[in-house]
Amino acid sequence: MASYDTTQEYINHHLTNARMCSTEQGIAFNKACEDAGFWVWHIDTLAWSFLLGFGFLFLFYRMGKKATTGVPSKTQALIELIVEFVDDNVRSSFHGKSALIAPLALTIFVWVLLMNLMDLVPVDLLPWIAGLVGQYGFGMDPKDVYMKVVPTTDINTTFALSIGVFVLIIYYSLKIKGIKGFTKELTMQPLNHPIFIPFNFVIESVTLLARPLSLSLRLFGNLYASELIFILIATLGYFQLPLHFTWAVFHILVLPLQAFIFMMLTIVYLSLACEDH
Amino acid sequence: MNFNATLIGQLIAFTVFVGFCMKFVWPPIMAAIKERQKKIADGLAASERAEKDLELAQSKATDQLREAKDQAAQIIDQAKKRASQLVEEETQRGHAEREKIIAQGHSEIEAEKNRVKEELRKQVAALAIAGAERILQREIDADAQSDIVEKLVEEL
Repeated sequence: MASYDTTQEYINHHLTNARMCSTEQGIAFNKACEDAGFWVWHIDTLAWSFLLGFGFLFLFYRMGKKATTGVPSKTQALIELIVEFVDDNVRSSFHGKSALIAPLALTIFVWVLLMNLMDLVPVDLLPWIAGLVGQYGFGMDPKDVYMKVVPTTDINTTFALSIGVFVLIIYYSLKIKGIKGFTKELTMQPLNHPIFIPFNFVIESVTLLARPLSLSLRLFGNLYASELIFILIATLGYFQLPLHFTWAVFHILVLPLQAFIFMMLTIVYLSLACEDH
Repeated sequence: MNFNATLIGQLIAFTVFVGFCMKFVWPPIMAAIKERQKKIADGLAASERAEKDLELAQSKATDQLREAKDQAAQIIDQAKKRASQLVEEETQRGHAEREKIIAQGHSEIEAEKNRVKEELRKQVAALAIAGAERILQREIDADAQSDIVEKLVEEL
């Protein structure tokens, strides 16, 4: 905090991703990437989300390999608890048969939850460590080292998730209902008359597109806002301590809830896509 | 809102993660869970069966115990009956023996009495003969007069 000239600068610094792009002079970082347009990579988002994703999958994979059917270890019990929780939700909402939905729901739930939980790491801790590494390891100005640790506050992450879900919605719609059935669903509802086909199509298209959009924007909005509040609280000096604690406790509820909502809506949307009218 | 190549990176990561989870994570964990569920269900069923068996065995044991008690009571009853019967029989036999012994004694006494009477009678006859001999003061042929004596003896 002390090393920033203004609060504005502090907040901006904490809300900026570490960027990487390739320019004519080779690979460039951060401010040099301002003109790179689309081909900029948020390396902090990518690194943290990969790390968490691999961590989660590695843990679950190893557990799955040595899972006993006898008395489970504590780790196995926890993992089975999560798996059964996801499985129960899938079973209660999705009535079709699919080998993909349940693992998809599990991946979304645990991955999003882990990425969300990065929000509970003190806002200055990891950027500060990154700044020290940049300063003493690479001789950079700490202010030029960016580190945004919550991948779900990056709209690219949430949209990547929802686009993946959207592709699956389209895929299942076509697979279960066929091209004809899917077209009919888009054009013959809610008013079943040929005159209303354009009207129906507009309404149904909006419905269809609103699903991934709301899915990703909900997660992004919630996490971005909570991150922003954490950062704002961190600018309050000593008053931040009780506020920080309260806000963090509140987010013990919010963060899993957001992960759960994302998973649940994915299941619901896919089950709607699989339902034949 | 700055969309950039990160979106593509995350999309690829998401796809890979879901694929990996579907292929290598979900099936073994689910298999383990299902297996354990089956084991637990089997165990519960077995314990229920064992409980039923136990109940059955207990009721059987109770039945047998009651039967045994009944039998024991019956046997004791019989034994008591038999004992009293024996006592009765013995008593009766004792009574009969006593009666017999007494009767024997009586008959023996009677026989002795008769024998003594006979003896006495014979001695009295001899005495009478001697007295008569003396009274008559003459020799009487004992053989000739024996019929009189006999008669006399018989009259005694």
